[in-house]
Amino acid sequence: MRNAEGSTVMSHDEANGASTPKGKHPTPLLDELESGPWPSFVTGLKRLRDSGDKQYAPMMNDLLGQLEHSYETKTGYWKGGTVSVFGYGGGVIPRFSEVASQYPASKEFHTLRVQPPAGYHYTTGLLRQMCDIWEKHGSGLIAFHGQSGDIMFQGCSTENVQKAFDDLNEIGFDLGGAGPALRTSMSCVGHARCEMSCYDEVQAHRTVINEFLDEMHRPALPYKFKFKFSGCGNDCVNAIHRADFAVIGTWRDDMKVDQEEVKKYVGRVGRKYAIDHVIAMCPTRALSLNDDDTLDVDNKSCVRCMHCLNVMTKALSPGDDRGASILIGGKRALKVGDLMGTMIVPFMKLDTEEDFEKLKEFARNLLEFFADNALEHERIGETMDRIGLPAFLEAVGIDPDPNMVNHPRTSCYVRTDDFDEEAEKYFERKLHKDASRAAAE
Amino acid sequence: MNVAVQPRRPVETGVPDPFPFMHPVLKKNYGNWAWHDRLRPGVLHHVSKSGEEVWTVRAGTQRQMDVYTIRLLCDIGDKFAEGHVRFTTRSNIEFMLSSVDKVEPLIAALENNGFPVGGTGNSVSMISHTQGWLHCDIPGTDASGVVKSLMDMMHHEFTHEEMPNRVRITTSCCQINCGGQGDISINVQYTKPPKINHDLVSKVCERPAVVARCPVAAIRPAMVNGVPSLEVDEKKCVCCGACYPPCPPMQINGQDSTKIAVWVGGKHSNARSKPTFHKLVVANLPNNAPRWPEVEAVVKKILYAYKEHGRDYERLGEWIERIGWPRFFELCDFAFTKHHLDTWTGARKTMNMSAHVHF
Repeated sequence: MRNAEGSTVMSHDEANGASTPKGKHPTPLLDELESGPWPSFVTGLKRLRDSGDKQYAPMMNDLLGQLEHSYETKTGYWKGGTVSVFGYGGGVIPRFSEVASQYPASKEFHTLRVQPPAGYHYTTGLLRQMCDIWEKHGSGLIAFHGQSGDIMFQGCSTENVQKAFDDLNEIGFDLGGAGPALRTSMSCVGHARCEMSCYDEVQAHRTVINEFLDEMHRPALPYKFKFKFSGCGNDCVNAIHRADFAVIGTWRDDMKVDQEEVKKYVGRVGRKYAIDHVIAMCPTRALSLNDDDTLDVDNKSCVRCMHCLNVMTKALSPGDDRGASILIGGKRALKVGDLMGTMIVPFMKLDTEEDFEKLKEFARNLLEFFADNALEHERIGETMDRIGLPAFLEAVGIDPDPNMVNHPRTSCYVRTDDFDEEAEKYFERKLHKDASRAAAE
Repeated sequence: MNVAVQPRRPVETGVPDPFPFMHPVLKKNYGNWAWHDRLRPGVLHHVSKSGEEVWTVRAGTQRQMDVYTIRLLCDIGDKFAEGHVRFTTRSNIEFMLSSVDKVEPLIAALENNGFPVGGTGNSVSMISHTQGWLHCDIPGTDASGVVKSLMDMMHHEFTHEEMPNRVRITTSCCQINCGGQGDISINVQYTKPPKINHDLVSKVCERPAVVARCPVAAIRPAMVNGVPSLEVDEKKCVCCGACYPPCPPMQINGQDSTKIAVWVGGKHSNARSKPTFHKLVVANLPNNAPRWPEVEAVVKKILYAYKEHGRDYERLGEWIERIGWPRFFELCDFAFTKHHLDTWTGARKTMNMSAHVHF
């Protein structure tokens, strides 16, 4: 309580001095968020409020009034509803004010979720075009980007939603996902500017998502379904935690070692530092520093965690036989508790058009399984838990693989009378795999 | 007679092609990068296999940007960079440069206009956050305000690379936790069961769906004051707020009962250890707008204990794993309570089933 009373009064006086124009809601609490070195969103909101000649100025005045009211009462005042654009069922987040009588100009304050270019690349020209459109139809407030990965055009009247979308759509932009639907995806900077990248993230992202736009624009799935694409195990778009379908770049041949650069690194940081911070931090003890300061790598033990590559960027790099791992079922708390994605496809080659076609077909397979089998409001990770991994694998046509587990089961409560048949299948698969690998080589 | 205007049909363009917007050096060397280093905090230097180089200057933004701020960033991008930008997943803006000579003038322009340059390497990057009171329909707090307050406090740690490893912080305005996992996570934690407006439940809620939503089966249909409604077994209720989005008359937020909890040790990356979820350290902090000083004090304690005691390349959770939870609670002077003992499905796997003890 101590600052709700004391400090409020002080800045209230400041804000209500001669400098506050008539008709503007006083915002003493929000004003306190204008000090300090970090860019202030409040200052930005006020700039919009103070653009007297712009259509959104009254809306932003009332928006600030409502937000100040929230800060006073520690209560949110938005409720949902139904707003969409012609032809689509999702992509707009409707917001109607519960305190519209006090703040009528911002009674409708909807968000358009708009899919950004894969990898978040923009020209200043494009950003200016977006600003112009949003200045004309919306509030002038844009978030780059929301947690969903979308550009969030925040604050639009019901009447203007269609107009804003039409203009954005005319310059090549489309709405993203909301509700029980395929959601907007994210991909890391990857191939565009990162030496760790193990597959073409842009191609994967666009190939998969653009194939299933119907599932995004017309929500009909049991619940949300998210794809995320990271080029390596550093997972810069947080796919394993946050995506139902995480595509993580990896490689299966040996990592590349430039021994001269290894020596230079050791020379620069010192032997003890290199051992403590590279060798000893390898999670599978796959590294060893030789007496001449070159590096030994036990590639069969390496799990592609990326630590040594991150530290010695010049000396170490991913191998040539690159592709991706796919983990399924990541999500946050609701309702069974947090789940991380589980390794389902340890390696999938992602080079040729056919490879990307295979990724797309696997995605289709998963989406169809999800649509057919998940209960209402159940994420695919929960479906997997409910039916068990063996039933899930059988349903999506994937064979069990020891990379899927930390360790085999510890519980004896399982019926194993077909163990021999299953083992037979395993050896047949192994034979087939060895043969096709030999043929490829 | 009114003539109906034919509405415009959407062109379902989907994910836009980034190549028309990508910096030419990035486009030219797509998939062909060799290595990178950092000139200073906030500046990345990438070299391609053909020897071409690109410098990237990273700056923090307020994420929710007004068009004036965006245009200012565009002006800076046109005058001091080459007209191409990108955003990181944590709402930092990046300017790509084909010549190192342009780095310093660009940094000066950004800093003169109030945009902190940093967020690279072993720094505290921008907090990834949610919508809060500004736009969400179920928020317990205002993420933008919490983030602004914390980033002010951590400004030095954004613009310098002095942490043992990168620090990724998240905030969330409800327990759905759209902000995600973080080295430090600042999340709303409800402390009281929902307050039910029985007059409205049957009018606005699909009651079976609400019953089904409860993770602990604490909600059941009931007649209250002669109208169909829902009731909550308050002994079972874990105050998660899952019933509130599908049924707004089940108000989970309260001016005093909505609290903030701080969690640590979440990690997305696979580097060294496998990805981890964050763990509870402090609950019941007041939702003290507009500056959340109590939250700031807790985050500061954790951050600087890690800064002082963590070893190079240890993420916050990995540091705690090395020193042990007893030492962590001791170093930060936090209370360890029964609420730190997990009671959810799989809880037993979070217990210490060994004779390994830290003294």
